[in-house]
Amino acid sequence: MENLKMKKEFKVIAELLSKNTRVLDVGCGDGSLMALLKKDKNIEVRGLELNQDKVQQCINKGLPVIQGNAETELHQFPNQSFDYVILSQTLQAFYNPEKVLKELLRVGKSVVISIPNFGFWKVRTKLLFFGKMPVTKTLPNTWYNTPNLHMCTIKDLFNFCDEKNIKIKKVIGVNENKTSLIKKSNLEIKNLFSKLGIFLVG
Amino acid sequence: MNKKLENIKKYTVSKPLKLDCGKTINNFPLAYETYGKLNENKDNAILVFHALTGDQFVAGTNLITNKEGWWVTAVGPGKAIDTNKYFVICANVIGGCMGSLGPKEINPENNKPYGLDFPVITIKDMVKAQESLLDHLGINKLLCATGGSMGGMQLLQFCATFPDKTFSAIPIACSSSHSAQNIALNELARQAIMADPVWDNGKYVLKNVQPKNGLAVARMVGHISYLSEKGMQEKFGRKLQEKADYEFSFNADFQVESYLRHQGFAFVERFDANSVLYITRAMDYFDLSKQFKGGLTEAFKNQKTKFLVISFSSDWLYTTKENKDIVIALNASGADVSYSEIISDKGHDSFLLNEPEFLKTLKGFIDSMYGKFKNEKRI
Repeated sequence: MENLKMKKEFKVIAELLSKNTRVLDVGCGDGSLMALLKKDKNIEVRGLELNQDKVQQCINKGLPVIQGNAETELHQFPNQSFDYVILSQTLQAFYNPEKVLKELLRVGKSVVISIPNFGFWKVRTKLLFFGKMPVTKTLPNTWYNTPNLHMCTIKDLFNFCDEKNIKIKKVIGVNENKTSLIKKSNLEIKNLFSKLGIFLVG
Repeated sequence: MNKKLENIKKYTVSKPLKLDCGKTINNFPLAYETYGKLNENKDNAILVFHALTGDQFVAGTNLITNKEGWWVTAVGPGKAIDTNKYFVICANVIGGCMGSLGPKEINPENNKPYGLDFPVITIKDMVKAQESLLDHLGINKLLCATGGSMGGMQLLQFCATFPDKTFSAIPIACSSSHSAQNIALNELARQAIMADPVWDNGKYVLKNVQPKNGLAVARMVGHISYLSEKGMQEKFGRKLQEKADYEFSFNADFQVESYLRHQGFAFVERFDANSVLYITRAMDYFDLSKQFKGGLTEAFKNQKTKFLVISFSSDWLYTTKENKDIVIALNASGADVSYSEIISDKGHDSFLLNEPEFLKTLKGFIDSMYGKFKNEKRI
């Protein structure tokens, strides 16, 4: 189940990217997305990953990966050295997401960010009716062990980009297998019904 | 020992080699060893560069010392670098003392051992000499080249000088230029040798003796730098060497002293003091950025080789930071590079030890590269 959902997110991301480009996948995990991009889009991929086991899995697959922390080690990549930089569901886990986002925009000509949407109706109702921090499939941790330090909603990130003059090229909402284009005009409703937001900015 | 040396594999490099110091050597011996079989397509060859005190005997049994090869943890049948699958080559560096041209060999000009008449060599000279061995073995392009410590430095030089000679490269626990600390430690080793009266300006070779005390101290210095503070404390602590209490003397009361003395004097049996001088000098002169005026990024320009850089968390001789600088330069030049920092308490020596995470990473990379290399060759 988790896997299928992951695949949907990756599929959407893959569709966003042009063929034969250069991509840095920040927090690339076991390299599933990199493998997909390489195979389907002939994209030249690079990964950055903190976890030793996952680094090893990428290496076993022959995918180039650098072990390191995105929060402190993006400086090693030259300006605009990638066509796209991807950050899948980790922006909220950084101490300083704003700084990381700036770095991503420096390294990549465009940046793809996906976030678990804290504005999803199920999340809202959990807090509203049960008075407890929401635990859902996309947000599986409890308040004391969650890596998510800066949870936000699709609307929050949308407004953030506006405020910081970061150009939003496309926003896609994902709910199970359905995707929809998010614009300023439908932001309120999509913010309520999307589990995941995928932003193409820069 | 010399008798046994006659039985090792040697290739005579006939092509003149112009050394960085300006002198030229030709018709010189390069001792080497191979493991496994070169396949029909010649796409399974892996070149290993050895470290300061290493030699060509990577795996199996060292023909000269009758001890295990220096990298048996990683190289052999079924190991990370699997000799059932791959053809592994390792050559003794020039300046060394295991059969390749070095300061204890006979100078044809006067039929006496070179001693200090041996030219000062560099990492680049070592690498150029080994490249000619590949021609001799009929290998156009290696599947992979690897090496730790000075072996890693040779590898970086090899990739910069011969960018098309290897499909992939694994520099391990090394640096693109020797740091002040490393030069200082090497100087300590050299001074120890030169302070031994037996050394006699390197002329001991004419008298068939060795400056054993100086050479042993040089090895002890090295050995301390290969361990970590934590690893040393865990292994030895303040444990005494087969005694209940202090002896109130200067004998080896502590286990750590006894260990160092043992390492020092075992080394004397198999290594030449002048070789230590020459090889440490080559390491100190190594500075890839200086060679390529535009810096390290320039050294790796247009690299097609796929790199995996590995460092060890407790290595204070060739630190994670120094290894990362290599990664940064490779990234800046747009090369295909992976990097992994292995968590280990065992210091610089980790790459020679049974470190499962390290060996798994090594194996995973080489095996995946083999698949890719075969594919590339097919196309």
